Amino acid sequence: MDIVVLCKFVPDLVEDLEIDASTHLLDRNFLRLMPNELDDHALEEALLLKERHGGTVTVVTVDAGDVDEALYTAAAKGADRVVKIVGEGLDQGLSSQRLAALFAQAAGEWPHDLILTGTQAVDDLDGFAGALVAARLGMPYVGYVTKVASENGAVVARKEYPGGLNADIEIVGQAVLGIQSAEKPPRYVVTSKVMAAMKSVTIEEFEAGDAQADLELPITGMAVPQSAAHAEMIVGSVTEVAEKLAKLLRERGLVA
Amino acid sequence: MSVATSYEFLDKVIHATPDGEEIRKCLQCGTCSGVCPYGFAMEYPPRSLIAALRADDFHGVLESDTIWLCVSCFACASVCPVKIPLTRGLLATLKTEMLVGGSIPQELQTALGNSRRYGNSLGESPRKRADWTKDFTVPVPVLAAHKKPVDVLWFVGDYGSYHPRVQQVTRALAKLLFVLDVKFGILGAEENSDGDTQAFTGEWGLFELLARKNTQAMLKYQFAEILTADPHAFNALKHEYPRLGLDRPVKHYAQFLTEHFERLRPLLQNRGPQRVTYHDPCYLGRANDNNLYEEPRQLLRAIPGLDLVEMSHNRALSICCGGGGGGMWLDGFSWEKAHARTTEWRVKEALAAGAQVLAVACPYETPRFEDAVKSTGNEGKLKVKDIVELLVEAVFG
Amino acid sequence: MCGDICVVVETLRGQVAEITYVMLAAGRQLAQGLKTKLTAVLLGQGVQKLADTLGAADRVAVLEHPALAEFNPDAYLTALAAVFAGRTPRVILCGHTAMGTDLACGLARRLKLPVATSCRTFAIEGPDATFAALTCGGKLIAAGRLPDPSCVATVMAGGYKADAGKVAKTPPIETLPVPAGLDAVRTRFKQYIEPPAGDVDIAKQPILVSVGRGVQNKDNIALAEELAKALGGVVSGSRPVIDQVWLPSTRLVGKSGKQVKPKLYLALGISGAPEHAEGMRDAELIVAINRDEKAPIFGFAHFGAAVDVLELIPALTARVKQA
Repeated sequence: MDIVVLCKFVPDLVEDLEIDASTHLLDRNFLRLMPNELDDHALEEALLLKERHGGTVTVVTVDAGDVDEALYTAAAKGADRVVKIVGEGLDQGLSSQRLAALFAQAAGEWPHDLILTGTQAVDDLDGFAGALVAARLGMPYVGYVTKVASENGAVVARKEYPGGLNADIEIVGQAVLGIQSAEKPPRYVVTSKVMAAMKSVTIEEFEAGDAQADLELPITGMAVPQSAAHAEMIVGSVTEVAEKLAKLLRERGLVA
Repeated sequence: MSVATSYEFLDKVIHATPDGEEIRKCLQCGTCSGVCPYGFAMEYPPRSLIAALRADDFHGVLESDTIWLCVSCFACASVCPVKIPLTRGLLATLKTEMLVGGSIPQELQTALGNSRRYGNSLGESPRKRADWTKDFTVPVPVLAAHKKPVDVLWFVGDYGSYHPRVQQVTRALAKLLFVLDVKFGILGAEENSDGDTQAFTGEWGLFELLARKNTQAMLKYQFAEILTADPHAFNALKHEYPRLGLDRPVKHYAQFLTEHFERLRPLLQNRGPQRVTYHDPCYLGRANDNNLYEEPRQLLRAIPGLDLVEMSHNRALSICCGGGGGGMWLDGFSWEKAHARTTEWRVKEALAAGAQVLAVACPYETPRFEDAVKSTGNEGKLKVKDIVELLVEAVFG
Repeated sequence: MCGDICVVVETLRGQVAEITYVMLAAGRQLAQGLKTKLTAVLLGQGVQKLADTLGAADRVAVLEHPALAEFNPDAYLTALAAVFAGRTPRVILCGHTAMGTDLACGLARRLKLPVATSCRTFAIEGPDATFAALTCGGKLIAAGRLPDPSCVATVMAGGYKADAGKVAKTPPIETLPVPAGLDAVRTRFKQYIEPPAGDVDIAKQPILVSVGRGVQNKDNIALAEELAKALGGVVSGSRPVIDQVWLPSTRLVGKSGKQVKPKLYLALGISGAPEHAEGMRDAELIVAINRDEKAPIFGFAHFGAAVDVLELIPALTARVKQA
């Protein structure tokens, strides 16, 4: 089975997010970018499928953030080919529509029975890259997938519903799957293997060309939520906080 | 990259350390396994491991995951009659093989992944590394902004920078440096994890990555010596960083403060707690024959009214707090496998010695022992304090 | 349906899902503001009787076919694209859920419409309809305009009370013709996999001690268990904790887990991402502990403390036991 994994970089929420005073949008100057966590799960699921059924895994990402390191890491984990889409201004925060346009154009260049990517990314606003790629390529899409199996020539995607319920969806032919979590937590690859990949692996480059987004969504501004009802903060040392909380719970009749 | 046979693996062990050859002399006496704090729960404690390799059962060795109980405390290496470098050579090399083979407990994976992405095992923002300095009215100099040579480059370390309990120790040390009028600076956001514990989980590649970043950052500045409160950082900076080009003396605060003892002692005006015992950190004592046993005790004894009592295991026989070798990041795994915590054992020893305070000198230890005081039901009976905290109390009251 | 606000009704195993009523509440607000009609689009097999529960809508358009009996992404998409083809609804609302997110993007693309995702609230500002969406793990709110003349939007729980979308009235029903192509779709529902049996139902617990990434490792779950025991509750968790297999999936609170409304929800080391918030924000009392004082959870918890959870848990356990 040949699989293409689409990986995008998203703002690392470990850092504080700032709003640019002139654009009213996320200030990208001080952003730290990291690979979208669910895309990492998609890669893991792809590698598990390759280990079971053979085939190839190609990882495609857009040139923004420390993508080289992420691609070498993917290669060290077992990806056969690693590709970065290069072009002007790709690190300025792409809309999902633009990202999907780029991915859809690139994905066709590499063999694929399946395209896997994270179901969502933390900064999605105008769609989900995987679902949009499927729509552009005319392929079926199933999201919230937690397991992928190959049975009698068809792919079976285990889709997660609320409350621990799952459903198996069978798909005939090529498909895009949005991965919610891989069957196993994504693997760790030792740094020495990543370093070795840096020496032995070539990152293929794919020109972004003129893949343009259409159907764009007008975002007028962003803000840090100033919720009217902020939690009443209990201050003090850990012991004091514990003391006050226990008192609160007693007052509310929640502790005997 | 992975090795297939016992012989290939032994070859790696032999080349991992200068005196790796000594492994050939193993007497199978079992002293190593006997002294190992987790030997009872390991399927292959050092003696059995060497026996299995001699029997060419490397496959069996790789099947077992109890090597992750090894806390790299150097207890085995320090008692080996033929001086086999068990900790740094045999055990760390086996961990590397486990990592390469993908056999790695999830929680350890998280810490290593954090170290690679953020330069600290806690997964905190690298930009906030110097946030602990915010409360100081006299600013703690960060070298990138300080633009002046300093005498001392203080390597703060991950836990000292980020862990809320250990930050208290860090602030205490800063106060001491100010009161002693030491010209010092920190790297702030330019500092990365020292990488020592990552190395002892077998992740030597990650160690090199972190150590190179630190070395490059440090060598940008003018300073005479390096100070740290972290015995693990001390060990790495002293024994591993020189091969990456770091050429300055490295001191743990126990050494540094005893060197400034004549100026420090008159400042210790306030009476300390009466009965204090001291836990020797593995990496100040046994590891690499660092042998810093007396300096911490000298500092404690200088506190007025302080009566230093010894636990039954002290100095080279000290029992690891369980945080080394990745143990800090494997508490869940270790509990599942061993159902024992060395910290609880240690707390009981401290109480048996009649101590009111368990004094420590390693950032892993304050939170670990405080947990153990609670989990053994001894809250209120024993306090855990870093030596610098006790010194600050003696200076400032 | 031209100019209407259309809600794509979500059903699971013959039941209307709660998110449908949230969408109806949102849709009613939009329809009123834009002076248009609210239409519920109900797909399935033998589902017409559910129209009784969709009284908030001005009418229900029903499309029945065996291929739609259970959720089947390609079949649902084919059906919806046919339903809306040639019509220009003002807004098509889908759930920001496992089903709705499978449909929204594909539907938008087929109809050549933009799509707005993770919308929490809508508003009418002059001639425009606007949305507010949560992004970056709930740390930011993005505001935008719902493009004219038509667009698709996914709706998250939290912005509207589901009860506001429940109206006891039987709206007029329009039966839609079966479009071509439903027998030729490339996806097929195979089977349900039931959740592991035998575990407690966290949705029925009055007290939940819920843990997130901040508990750091599996070992610390035991600390939470002890606190839960002292409080007479059980331990639940957020997504990262379940993914690490520190807790079974039956204990997951949030969008892909359970919706809970306990008397006390103690959130320990949980940042409060929208996916989690969706499952617990209706709890009677939410107390959040997180070292990051900027964590979104403090935006909707009733009480909070920015201290280290691992230190607080044992301290609180001790105090609760004393009580």
